Amino acid sequence: MTTQIPTTTDTQLPQVTEPRNPGMALDLDWVMRARANTSAIERRAAQIPARRSVKKDYQAAWLCRAISCIDLTTLSGDDTEGRVRRLCAKARQPVRPDILDAIGMQGLTVGAVCVYHEMVPAAVHALTGSGIPVAAVSTGFPAGLSPFHLRLAEIGESVKAGASEIDIVISRRHVLTGNWQALYDEMQQMRAACGEAHVKAILATGELGTLRNVARASLVCMMAGADFIKTSTGKESVNATLPVSLVMTRAIREYEGRTGYRAGYKPAGGISKAKDALTYLSLIKEELGDRWLRNDLFRFGASSLLGDIERQLEHHVTGAYSAGWRHPIG
Amino acid sequence: MTVKEIFETMDYGTAPESAAEALAWLVDQGDRFGHFIDGAFTAPGDGFNATNPATGETLATLTQANQTDVDAAVDAARKAQPKWHKLGGEGRARHLYALARMIQKHARLFAVLETLDNGKPIREARDIDIPLVHRHFYFHAGIAQLIDSEQPDREPLGVCGQIIPWNFPLLMLAWKVAPALAAGNTVVLKPAEQTSLTALLFADICKRAGLPKGVVNIVIGDGTVGEMITTHDGIDKIAFTGSTEVGRAIRHATAGSGKALTLELGGKSPFIVFDDADLDSAIEGVVDAIWFNGGQVCCAGSRLIVQESVAEEFLRRLRTRMDKLTLGDPLDKSVDVGAIISGVQRDRITAMVSACDSGQHHILNAQIPAAGSFYPPTLITGLEAADPLMQEEIFGPVLVSTTFRTPSEAVQLANNTRYGLAASVWSENINLALDIAPKLAAGVVWINATNLFDAAAPFGGVRESGFGREGGWEGIAAYTKPVGKTKPLTKVEPFTGDTPAEGIDRTPKLYVGGKQARPDSGYSRPIRGKSGKLLGEVPQGNRKDIRNAVEAATAAASWGKTTGHLRAQIIYYIAENLSARADEFAAKIDAMTGGKRGKAEVEASITRLFTAAAWADKLDGQAKGVPMRGLALALREPVGVIGAICPDEAPLLGLVSLMAPALAMGNRVVIAASEPFPLAATDFYQVLDTSDVPAGVVNIITGCHADLAPTMAAHAGVDAVWNHSSTALSSAVEAASADTLKRTWVNNGMAVDWHKDQTRAILDHATEVKTVWVPYGE
Repeated sequence: MTTQIPTTTDTQLPQVTEPRNPGMALDLDWVMRARANTSAIERRAAQIPARRSVKKDYQAAWLCRAISCIDLTTLSGDDTEGRVRRLCAKARQPVRPDILDAIGMQGLTVGAVCVYHEMVPAAVHALTGSGIPVAAVSTGFPAGLSPFHLRLAEIGESVKAGASEIDIVISRRHVLTGNWQALYDEMQQMRAACGEAHVKAILATGELGTLRNVARASLVCMMAGADFIKTSTGKESVNATLPVSLVMTRAIREYEGRTGYRAGYKPAGGISKAKDALTYLSLIKEELGDRWLRNDLFRFGASSLLGDIERQLEHHVTGAYSAGWRHPIG
Repeated sequence: MTVKEIFETMDYGTAPESAAEALAWLVDQGDRFGHFIDGAFTAPGDGFNATNPATGETLATLTQANQTDVDAAVDAARKAQPKWHKLGGEGRARHLYALARMIQKHARLFAVLETLDNGKPIREARDIDIPLVHRHFYFHAGIAQLIDSEQPDREPLGVCGQIIPWNFPLLMLAWKVAPALAAGNTVVLKPAEQTSLTALLFADICKRAGLPKGVVNIVIGDGTVGEMITTHDGIDKIAFTGSTEVGRAIRHATAGSGKALTLELGGKSPFIVFDDADLDSAIEGVVDAIWFNGGQVCCAGSRLIVQESVAEEFLRRLRTRMDKLTLGDPLDKSVDVGAIISGVQRDRITAMVSACDSGQHHILNAQIPAAGSFYPPTLITGLEAADPLMQEEIFGPVLVSTTFRTPSEAVQLANNTRYGLAASVWSENINLALDIAPKLAAGVVWINATNLFDAAAPFGGVRESGFGREGGWEGIAAYTKPVGKTKPLTKVEPFTGDTPAEGIDRTPKLYVGGKQARPDSGYSRPIRGKSGKLLGEVPQGNRKDIRNAVEAATAAASWGKTTGHLRAQIIYYIAENLSARADEFAAKIDAMTGGKRGKAEVEASITRLFTAAAWADKLDGQAKGVPMRGLALALREPVGVIGAICPDEAPLLGLVSLMAPALAMGNRVVIAASEPFPLAATDFYQVLDTSDVPAGVVNIITGCHADLAPTMAAHAGVDAVWNHSSTALSSAVEAASADTLKRTWVNNGMAVDWHKDQTRAILDHATEVKTVWVPYGE
């Protein structure tokens, strides 16, 4: 058993190593050339869980990696400071220390804590000294239909309150009406409003109608300077799926190929099983490469995923299946 | 590596599937196998080893069958067949259902054993092969249930000899055994000597499932056992899947034997990427096309044809994708590319690739395991049609590629091959994709997909990829025949004598390309009536006349693209014009044959024309019920140029009976008229001339069938040959067709009652089934 405790892990603000995506001029030719063949993408998506398998120590390590990429999230109308403090405590210590000791993964934390604006100060306070960033959902989340100047102002407020990551929602209507210029302009202004804070663009893919729209919206948001593109608010009826993830990661890959800048990817909503997390990591490894398997370029937006991973890790250590009550709630 | 280290490297590690259960099954069987004959395993004898191609280790000892074994297997099958047939479709359905369920219950055992024996990745055996096997038996349990009510006029062929390859051992067994059994046949099956183990496990399952003894017999051994089956007198049908070379040998060996034959052979299938394709999806398609089963797939998309405007980008992305493939232990669940079946096959691939010094070779930088036979995925770009690797089947994980400029050039390149098994078309433009699909010489076309298979969807090739279909009701047709007895056909001899002709001399000619043509030979032959009176002198057609006729027919290809409605109108018009001259034709027929059926024959001919015209727009394709969101369309396409050697005994009716359905389906025909009574045919071209039949669609040659038939059968430009001559030519036609592997329909010396309408059955001979898979979704 490893006893050496690293003083830092790469879960702490690794962004310094990666230049931010500065964006580029809107290239409508490129946007309009985007294709997404749904049935072929579904067939590939169906292969992702079957083509790669991680077992034993590898599985444990991959699950730890998944934890390090979680944006531990609470986005409920009944959130309170107390609720957020409990979540932040879980973010600092996502897995029982004895389990982490057993696998030599002491010091493991989640990637970030993600809350509504009003909860940002509580989260920042609770995470002080942990190095875990606070992400705020913003811009009239989840619908994004409040007055535009207020949406921009909301970003500023959250940044001022200490959020270092802002998850914005795009105006789905710009996608649905094919108004790519408006989407680009909106995204660009939101990025500007974020200042030093990193911006994740939530596409709400479940509301964009087609995978082709997902591909186009992904490209436009990256062109406008999004640091991350994110699938969903978690409030749509369909959230992160493997087909959507294929489309978005392929857009990221193409964007990097053309511009040299790496944008991050955040699937959110509906990922609740350890097995799903492994599948997503495998998808990222296959489609984007190992560089993206770090939380400066990949996050899970999830609230219940951690619980299942904890049970799996305990099973890894003890050989016996675990139960939820054995793990502290977050 | 520690968890912490793996946390940094994020390697996959290994995920080996346990071989314990499969190895235990082998031990339980004593690690030695005999054959499975008459419901029991025979005592193991001399033979050879089954080896694991990934390790070179011996898995079991197998027994090489000898003639006695094959005889015993055929006898058992023969004895069991009538009872199996009499059990009825519903009784057989229950047995097939039991087999399907047993396979499902033992799915993992089958999958692991397949991987051990064949070297294919466990993912493929587990997720593709075995589920398709299971599906095939399920589907055919349903066929058996329905066959008596759906096909009351058909009956089983009898005993089927089935010879299958090593690339999909159990799946090919399923493709052969399930339809044969469903239709009421019994089988003698020989698995490839490299991969016999899952067939033996299947035999074990048959035993346990209570399949009546003798219904399935499995004999083990190499090609010599295949030859014993092929040439066995007790076998009614041969179904073969394997190389074109062996398929050709089987065609030779069975020529004239009267055995039914279906061949599913090699391919060099094109994978066409248009500039408006979803390129990333197309790249995954390539992975599934050529790196599935290590490219050891008859329908592998092995010829990449990319539109120039996107070629560079596409190939760049493809190389990146290829570099992510994993090669190694096939039992590892994370391995994409497993072992090559044998060292021999690996060396063959190596030799072919090393002989190619053109193009850019990109090879997967993988650790090749020291033991076993492996070959790294390879992409060779920048080749041209003239490069041998663009033409020859490699049967390994080697993809070759070239580029095209326009859709028509894509089709031209795609069809520039001796093969015609499958094709894959990638475009987001449905207009383009559905325009290309019918133009491709292939039995299966996948649009924005590749290597999709299902029991309900017919699979099979054209050209040197073989003939016959497997899957669906179309596949059942290859295991049944019409109910009824046939009588031998006696040779119809011409009349002799020396009575001179009456009236003004008429010169019948050949009819080629819509024009009357004098014979190349410059010779004519007298045609006399029963009394010996000279009725006319017809040209002695020869091989050059056939050549000219085929050339004319080839040039008339646009007939196949006309609408059924138009073809119907023209065929009705032929009937109308024939009717106008009915008396004259009747009199000529009576004069030639010395009979009195001329009037009836003309009347029947008019009816046949009406029937064919009626069918011209009614032989519908089918949308198959495949388990996928999409369409699998089994389209009826014209065969192309058909050479028809017409019945001697019914000089007009025989010709019309063959010609009319062929025309209705969009074929062009080269007709060898009744040899003793050709004058009805030479009068008939005047009817054609006045009926708006486009030039070259019908060509009529008179002369000696024995001279004309082999030329037709050997002509590479002829797509099918039908022989209904009363001269014994079936053997010669089938033998001569072997080189080009064209489909044949011969009478085997048996009579056909042309006064009975045969049109519907002929339509099947006049069409090829092309299955076009169109997955959809937005």
